[in-house]
Amino acid sequence: MGEPGTKEVLRLEDLEAAGSIHTGRKHVLSVLVENKPGVLTRIAGLFARRGFNIDTLAVGPTEDESVSRVTITLDGASHPIDQVTKQLHKLVNVIKIRDLEPEETIAREMALFKVSADGSSRAEIMQLADIFRGRIIDVSSRTVTIEITGTADKIEGFENMVRPFGLVEMVRTGEIAIARGKSQT
Amino acid sequence: MRAVDAMMECLKAEGVDAVFGIPGGANLPTYDALYDAGIRSILCRHEQGAGHAAEGYAKASGRVGVALATSGPGATNLVTPIADAMLDSVPTVFITGQVRTDLLGTDGFQEADVMGITMPVIKHSFQVLDPREIPHMIHEAFHVARSGRPGPVLVDIPQDLSRADIPYDPSEAQKVELPGYKNFVEGNAKQIRLAAKALANAKRPILYVGGGVVNGNAGEELTELAVTGGFPVTCTLMGLGALPAPHDLWLGMLGMHGTRTANYAMDNADLIVAIGARFDDRITGKLAEFAPRAKFVHIDIDPAEISKNVPAHIPIVGDSKRILPKLTAEYRALEADRSRMDEWWEQLRRWQDEWPLKFEGSKDGDIPPQRMIQALYEVTGGNAILTSDVGQHQMWTAQHFHFPAPRRWINSGGLGTMGFGLPSAIGAKVAQPDELVVCVAGDGSLVMTCQELATAVEHDIDVKVFIMNNGYLGMVRQWQELFWDRRYSSVDMGKSPDWVKLAEAFGARGMRVDADSEVEDAMREAIGTDGPVVLDVRVRKEENCYPMIPAGAAARDMVG
Repeated sequence: MGEPGTKEVLRLEDLEAAGSIHTGRKHVLSVLVENKPGVLTRIAGLFARRGFNIDTLAVGPTEDESVSRVTITLDGASHPIDQVTKQLHKLVNVIKIRDLEPEETIAREMALFKVSADGSSRAEIMQLADIFRGRIIDVSSRTVTIEITGTADKIEGFENMVRPFGLVEMVRTGEIAIARGKSQT
Repeated sequence: MRAVDAMMECLKAEGVDAVFGIPGGANLPTYDALYDAGIRSILCRHEQGAGHAAEGYAKASGRVGVALATSGPGATNLVTPIADAMLDSVPTVFITGQVRTDLLGTDGFQEADVMGITMPVIKHSFQVLDPREIPHMIHEAFHVARSGRPGPVLVDIPQDLSRADIPYDPSEAQKVELPGYKNFVEGNAKQIRLAAKALANAKRPILYVGGGVVNGNAGEELTELAVTGGFPVTCTLMGLGALPAPHDLWLGMLGMHGTRTANYAMDNADLIVAIGARFDDRITGKLAEFAPRAKFVHIDIDPAEISKNVPAHIPIVGDSKRILPKLTAEYRALEADRSRMDEWWEQLRRWQDEWPLKFEGSKDGDIPPQRMIQALYEVTGGNAILTSDVGQHQMWTAQHFHFPAPRRWINSGGLGTMGFGLPSAIGAKVAQPDELVVCVAGDGSLVMTCQELATAVEHDIDVKVFIMNNGYLGMVRQWQELFWDRRYSSVDMGKSPDWVKLAEAFGARGMRVDADSEVEDAMREAIGTDGPVVLDVRVRKEENCYPMIPAGAAARDMVG
């Protein structure tokens, strides 16, 4: 990106190219944190400041009420993942971090789809929902709302199927994940 | 007991003998408790000054520095010292008042979200929501500030909560409960053995030492390792004094304005042992061409620093004070043959002979800025705590003064905060009243915090301020000269202020010297004067700080 420290004028194209390098696989980080005010701000701020891009984020209580779990997915982080985890570890309220291996992890996400449905397409949409093991949770004269739970891939698959009917709204929770078998997440 | 009175007990239990700050509406209760708590209260003239004074106190003593401010503007004025303490890992606790809890979030008078504002630049922060937490939080704040990689910690206390009547049990309050906060200090024994072997096999090793060794009070342990192995040593700006200078093994500072020998040594080394240093861009220059022949051992208490900029072949996480003696013992046991480094030392000595730090001597009686620092070394015999601002004078001091011990060189390295010198000198003098404390100031920097002269005068804090006055924002002028076609854009400081009159207006002694032959005498007279003195040293105006690695260039491409 030009010679640093000189008065050379930088081209916008070069600046943009330098900022958009994405490498590596998707990472799912499971982070146990103290259930205290401001913890999420600290995590979000850290990611923004160090240039790590959050793909999805889910926060909720755990079996221990003083502890919350934050599940973060990073899609092809442009920084080495160990820099992310090391920086997270430096936050005093962060107790434990695991970078979950895809093969050893069960991940689920929930999504709600509100799809345009007039008389003719309603049956077809309900059939699709059935194939994806979705549930119809609301029906109006012009729309059907469907709840789908599964992996991010499955939800994206369903989205592609219903989009042609007219996707009015979609909400996704972001992934939550847990380690397979006996090992602790 | 009132929460603020309990807080004073906590501060005393932490060994605090002095605090720096300014009272205001939201921290009235704190100052009321401070009135007869038996802690020295230094009333600064700006919260930034209070924050830097707390840093100077911490850097000079190794103890935690404390600064107090009120809510809103008082708190926002602390942001610069907090960021400064973060980047230079200075153990500091900042206690701010906050608006009453019923006003929180309503844009009340003097309300600012200081937790939010400081979050990106602070090690940790506590907002008090229950007054019973105050004693506990104060102790946890000190614990976090001083342990592991030290840094700034904020405690923000709403005014009403600080007046609450709370139960206070000292031993209960001192129990630290931070389940997510762990530090690794010992260092992995296997890794230390590996590092010793790497050292024993290296033909061209170098120890690259940073501020972590100063912070970790590991200067003696470092010197022991260097002397045992006969290893050459270079230090970063923050590490100066870790190896007592001058010394046979000492190559000088490295980095952008380091010595050619130190930078060439890094460029040619086959093994670099980084100790408490972080491969900052001022050290590496062009990262892709940094130390191309070297393997790296990296010792640091902060695991996030290891392999952040330069991948480490042998990472060791821990406290240098614990690790260095083990490394020395392991190395000694290997009985390595010193002659393997003969060629290396011959090379280093050749560079030292060929590239000493040099400058053009006095012309027509003018004062070369480098000569001012040499004169200061001569007059003090190196026996002083020096603070500085940021710019050319800072680099010249780092180059030409020889620091015989750690904690003798107090400056803003990471953040590069102009105006740091005078308030940090005040803090250093409070912490070390028996030492001579001299602030080597830049004329551009000093004007940013010169109001603290009033603090020094009113509290009888005997600091000497020696201004390296070239009438310019000198380092910026140098860059404009070298890289921006001499278009001197907004760097001429003109003739204001008259420093002698300004000093006198504050009640300090003002002196001026502009002849090369009179520099030493003027300095002796200033040092011999009782109380704060400002000595305006008129140096040569357009002198450049050399040698230098132009930004983005490799170490071997030093100029000047």
